Amino acid sequence: MSSYPGYDPKSGFEKWLDARLPIIRLGYDTFIFPTPRNLNYWWTFGAILAVILMSQIITGIILAMHYVPHVDLAFDSIQHIKRDVNFGWMLQPMHAVGASMMFLAVYIHMFRGIYYGSHKSPREVLWIVGVVIYLLMMATGFMGYVLPWGQMSFWGATVITNLFGAFPLVGESLTNWLWGGFAVDDPTLNRFFSLHFVLPFAILGLVMLHVWALHVPGNNNPTGVSVKNVDKDTLPFHPYYTIKDAFAIVVFLMVFVAFVFFIPDALNHPDNYIRANPLVTPPHIVPEWYYLPFYAMLRAVPNKLGGVITMFGAIAVLFVLPWLDTSKVRSMRYRPLAKLFFIIFVLACIGLGWAGAKSPTDLVFATGTDAATGAPVGFSFLWFARILTLYYYAFFVVILPVLGLVEKPKDRPESIQKSVLKSAPEEA
Amino acid sequence: MRLSKLTATVIATAALGLIVGTASASEGPELKHVEFSFEGVFGTYDKAAAQRGFQVYQESCTNCHSMKLLSIRNLGEAGGPFYDEEHPNANENPVIKAIAAMFTVTDGPDSEGDMFERPAKPFDRFPSPFANEQAARASNGGALPPDFSVLVSAREHGPQYIYSLLTSYEDDAPEGVELRDGMNYNAAFKGGQIGMPPPLFEDLVEYSDGTKASVEQMAHDVVTFMAWASDPKMEERKRMGWMVMIYLFIFALLMYGSYKAVWRDVEH
Repeated sequence: MSSYPGYDPKSGFEKWLDARLPIIRLGYDTFIFPTPRNLNYWWTFGAILAVILMSQIITGIILAMHYVPHVDLAFDSIQHIKRDVNFGWMLQPMHAVGASMMFLAVYIHMFRGIYYGSHKSPREVLWIVGVVIYLLMMATGFMGYVLPWGQMSFWGATVITNLFGAFPLVGESLTNWLWGGFAVDDPTLNRFFSLHFVLPFAILGLVMLHVWALHVPGNNNPTGVSVKNVDKDTLPFHPYYTIKDAFAIVVFLMVFVAFVFFIPDALNHPDNYIRANPLVTPPHIVPEWYYLPFYAMLRAVPNKLGGVITMFGAIAVLFVLPWLDTSKVRSMRYRPLAKLFFIIFVLACIGLGWAGAKSPTDLVFATGTDAATGAPVGFSFLWFARILTLYYYAFFVVILPVLGLVEKPKDRPESIQKSVLKSAPEEA
Repeated sequence: MRLSKLTATVIATAALGLIVGTASASEGPELKHVEFSFEGVFGTYDKAAAQRGFQVYQESCTNCHSMKLLSIRNLGEAGGPFYDEEHPNANENPVIKAIAAMFTVTDGPDSEGDMFERPAKPFDRFPSPFANEQAARASNGGALPPDFSVLVSAREHGPQYIYSLLTSYEDDAPEGVELRDGMNYNAAFKGGQIGMPPPLFEDLVEYSDGTKASVEQMAHDVVTFMAWASDPKMEERKRMGWMVMIYLFIFALLMYGSYKAVWRDVEH
């Protein structure tokens, strides 16, 4: 470990503090940490997520100072923030767009993990903590979208909370308990605000566990080959990856601020500028874009309970992914078949998102017209979503387990260092 | 950056999917394509148009439509139609004071416990034409005239939609359409039947700047005004957006240079 001598307190104060609260040592060990030298830009999304999480917490705390969680005042208080609070016109879209950016980054982060086998031994717990963070993000994002109390807020909340009514026996009492009444109303809004405020701090705590669980086995890397020689295979995280992450963060922020300042409503639904009205149902109730794939799965199943189980199961299956993916080879770089199925999987997720935004009866493409009515007939989004849902599950419970047993992987480099030497053959 | 063609394809498809997925299907009638000064990343509100639009709003729309979330002072604040650099505090702007004085608001209770009426001040909210939703519906054949505060944001392609709505009234419904009692035919409205009678007609208002008050002109002006009302900080937002983008661009170059310098002697 000659490259990593560890923290050496120099001054008297540092020595004194290190013997009592080794907090400087903690920071040192966190940042002067052996990191594979071959990480690509897909590895920068962890740091990007940390930055957005902090941005969400800071803007959220300020917004909470001005927001009023009451059915008669919530909608107006958002407009008050955007019109009369200093820089409220900037903070509100930063927070709303920030949620979308966080999901964009987390989806890339998760796809990266699956592709390079970052969920596999010895990183199973790291992966599971990540899935818990994602689950909490889903809950937090959903409750945050309810707070402006527009039409989509109200009806989205109604649709999603009603899902719990699908559970036999306890369904009705469960939904009433969630609502704090017999419909989505003031108590619901109040508890959603309370939970929306506190859950991000739970996420922050889990992120610390996530980083801790990362520091025990160390980073995976694009080759999936474990570190064999710390001196040759790794570089200290600081300054090598702090500077690379910093560059990636700034580039990502440019996308983020382009939305915030130029098209703040692009990812919002116009109906959410209409005050919530329990008596008027919008023609199309759609969730935020980051839930659309799951919304498509929900509607793909004709039975309500079946739909709910399919939807939640799609996240639950991620928890056992480390044991479903049976291949000993981590990186799909060396697994040509797995790579192909992975790309189809990503496209399937995007396709599900597309289906979620459409009405199930809409047509992906028309094949002709109905002889009797003249209405176009063809391949509907309902069946599109059904096929893709099937693939989503098949990828996890059939393709990955079987491929690990039958696929013949390509040769892998002997070590991380060998893989980055100029003389080494370029990977595909 | 090691991006294979396949991963590049995946990113491109993902980006496309995001756009396709977000642009929800609109099944309404086709909208007229008109251009507005505030569109695009450099767009600003045409002040003269917004002022004329306010005149149309005040002389016609206020009879039925409220604008509850705006105060009269907003008209004179930075980015507003009557902003005056000599009076950065809108409450001291004589034009705003004069506009405020044209409205009457209910205030109180006074020391006797009675409500009383007084001329509005710049800090007052725009008064609503009806006391409550029921009163508004009762006076409008059951239909509720929507509030103007965020109306442009609340409709898909808001500016084009409202412009089309205001200019697509037809005297006679096309054949086969049976107009219900008290309804009017409007080709831009979903279903064609709208409770609102045609609000604009030739020379409804007399513009002080000599602009001809055609229906199209008034519709264009009032949409500019309503767009400002929905998003009054747009100009400030875009202005700062450019400064932030330039700042981040330079920041990114510095970070990239530092990254290359730090990694100069490292094979990776």
